[in-house]
Amino acid sequence: MNDFIAARSQMALSLGFHIIFSCIGMVMPFFMAVAHYYYLKTNNIVYKNITKAWSKGVAIFFATGAVSGTVLSFELGLLWPRFMEHAGPIFGMPFSLEGTAFFIEAIALGFFLYGWDRFNKWFHWFTGVIVGVSGLASGILVVAANAWMNSPAGFDFVDGQYLNVDPVKAMFNDAWFSQALHMCIAAFAATGFAVAGVHALMIVRRQNVYFHTKSFTIAAVFGCAAALLQPLSGDISAKDVAKRQPAKLAAMEAHFHTEKSAGLVIGGIPDEKNKTVDYGIKIPGLLSFMAHGDFSKEVTGLDQIKPEDHPPVAITHYAFQVMVGLGMAMMAISFLYFLALWKMKKWLQSDWLLKLFVAATPLGFIAVEAGWTVTEVGRQPWIIYNVMRTADAVTPMPGIGYSFYLFTAMYVSLGIIVTFMLYRQIKMVGKLYDLPTGAKH
Amino acid sequence: MLYVVIIYLWTSILLYLLLGGADFGAGIIELFTSKANKIQTRKTLYEAIGPIWEANHMWLIIAIVILFVGFPTIYSTMSVNLHIPLTIMLWGIIARGTAFTFRHYDAVKDDMQDIYNPIFAYSSFITPFFLGIIAGSAVSGHIDPEADNFMDAYIFSWLHWFSISVGLFTVAICGFLAAVFLIGEADNDHDRTRFERKAKAFNIAAVISGVLVFMSALAEGIPLIDWVFGNTVGIIAISAATLSLILLWYLFYKGKRNILRVLAGFQVTMILLTTTYRHYPNIVILKNGGYLSLIEHSGHEKAIEALAMALLIGSIFILPALFYLIYSFQKKKVDYVAE
Repeated sequence: MNDFIAARSQMALSLGFHIIFSCIGMVMPFFMAVAHYYYLKTNNIVYKNITKAWSKGVAIFFATGAVSGTVLSFELGLLWPRFMEHAGPIFGMPFSLEGTAFFIEAIALGFFLYGWDRFNKWFHWFTGVIVGVSGLASGILVVAANAWMNSPAGFDFVDGQYLNVDPVKAMFNDAWFSQALHMCIAAFAATGFAVAGVHALMIVRRQNVYFHTKSFTIAAVFGCAAALLQPLSGDISAKDVAKRQPAKLAAMEAHFHTEKSAGLVIGGIPDEKNKTVDYGIKIPGLLSFMAHGDFSKEVTGLDQIKPEDHPPVAITHYAFQVMVGLGMAMMAISFLYFLALWKMKKWLQSDWLLKLFVAATPLGFIAVEAGWTVTEVGRQPWIIYNVMRTADAVTPMPGIGYSFYLFTAMYVSLGIIVTFMLYRQIKMVGKLYDLPTGAKH
Repeated sequence: MLYVVIIYLWTSILLYLLLGGADFGAGIIELFTSKANKIQTRKTLYEAIGPIWEANHMWLIIAIVILFVGFPTIYSTMSVNLHIPLTIMLWGIIARGTAFTFRHYDAVKDDMQDIYNPIFAYSSFITPFFLGIIAGSAVSGHIDPEADNFMDAYIFSWLHWFSISVGLFTVAICGFLAAVFLIGEADNDHDRTRFERKAKAFNIAAVISGVLVFMSALAEGIPLIDWVFGNTVGIIAISAATLSLILLWYLFYKGKRNILRVLAGFQVTMILLTTTYRHYPNIVILKNGGYLSLIEHSGHEKAIEALAMALLIGSIFILPALFYLIYSFQKKKVDYVAE
């Protein structure tokens, strides 16, 4: 395996693995805080059991997320030493703040997990909220660092030198807000749908229905609210990318030729040689509208970008289609769910809606991975957009392929074990957290 | 501001060595515990580190962030030439962290425990061993950024007797710290005596591997003796460490356990001080006689300032919360069965 490809694959694998655990780790505490709050307010023991059951899951996910995050802080240097040598001091601000946020999160998690019946109950509840808030802050900070790679700021690049470094400006780069917003909402939607889906499955199977219904409702409300909000942040992101990274937008849309009233291509197979998209559906003018808010405006195509600066079109295009498609599907389900809560109460009693949620369990996370692919692959061949090429940043050490295989083996086995443990947690709900139906709580 | 950052870097490394080290050590002790006592050891260990173990390992992240933000050349040079031991250490960190959590949070306690337990124990040994190798390599003068062949650049940069001795020494220190810590955590005399025996054994192991470190330094031409004995601070620190060693054995003999922890922590602090003081500010010494210095190879001034501010502000939040966490759970023990 080519060392450069191996390094990129290993980084993609590590980030793709970490992103799932960090999303769950930053969103689940909010679900727990809601359940915990209901318990403290109503004294209904089922909410305490839900909180405890979820907190076991969170402990597993947090530990896995923490170690995979630690690995990433080293991998940045192990795989991209030339990048870190120059970028470290410039975009390090969010990382140093993230260290604090992450530390607080670990401390608060210690209080929360081990603090049942040991502290004032509201203090204990509050530590759970802190876990969520500091987790969210960590997420925003890390995304701000990534945004800097898409939208470098806070330095002057003169003759290969990085001068006049300003870490604060680097942190508040042009892309930080749109990316962080999009990622946070995505984390809520993905986690909400994944958790709701699992509980929906148990309800459909008529196991511990009361317990699972209460859990389902909390997760579904969060997930659906996020899924309905996401298109708005997607719109902000699209306009932002159009302005700052026309090459990425062109790759996302497989938009080969610059044109006015550019059409939006849905689906299709990009043919990079002949610069066409086969079998796609084209909606006239919509891409112009999405990118610039005007149906007639010109949208830069790949023809205006030097061939050596083109990102891989097919991968970016497919990933974008997957992300948007799944986002739309989740939005539709969310719409039905809120309609059910509001007017169509009887839908809540029927299985079809629950089954839709079961089917949607992985959709959010597939969308997250696809979105991550869009932003990372779409930035290529740059590691710092328009400043440093990814190929120039890679480690000189040969044999990265072996490292990639070993990391793959490790992450695959970790993934299997975590899934297996989650399966066991859910199977044990009846024994550990929920008395048989009919028993008094 | 640069000095604020350097103090934070040193302190994070020290705290990681003390707290993270004791944490690794607990796993090392489990590795060297007879089958009959393993369950009891596991229980004491869990009660002692359950709520704080995640926090103990944050110090490594703080240190690494300081390094890549404040001293990017040092970070990238180490990342390139010590790629292999760093990667092995990372596998150790992943395996250990997840196995520790999995074995406790697995809803069904069955044969899977037989998979988690050895992974936890062995990775508790391997991780600090390679941390020691990395630390030893940094100052060994074996790192050669100009090397033109694979072996010199990526293997012999860390694979030599000195760094291996430092690795063993680190493992012994971790085991020692953990054993001393666990003496105070044990809830019965049988366990207390057991951990005391372990503490003595690891102390002896530390002395032996310490001698190995000196011998290999001599053999490989590393001026360790000069670093330790060639300056007042070094001599004072090493004397203090030696005196505390004697005092430590006296206290073992007298059965005074409360001061033991403080003394063990003090000893390790002195060792780190001795070994880093003389060649400060150079923290990586290269083959061609060059070095990477915390002063000369620090990043942009503005970056250092921002980093120092972030660290100072972070401390305001972290330290009180961390002390309260440790204090709370020292007073209120975690119940192994109920959690």
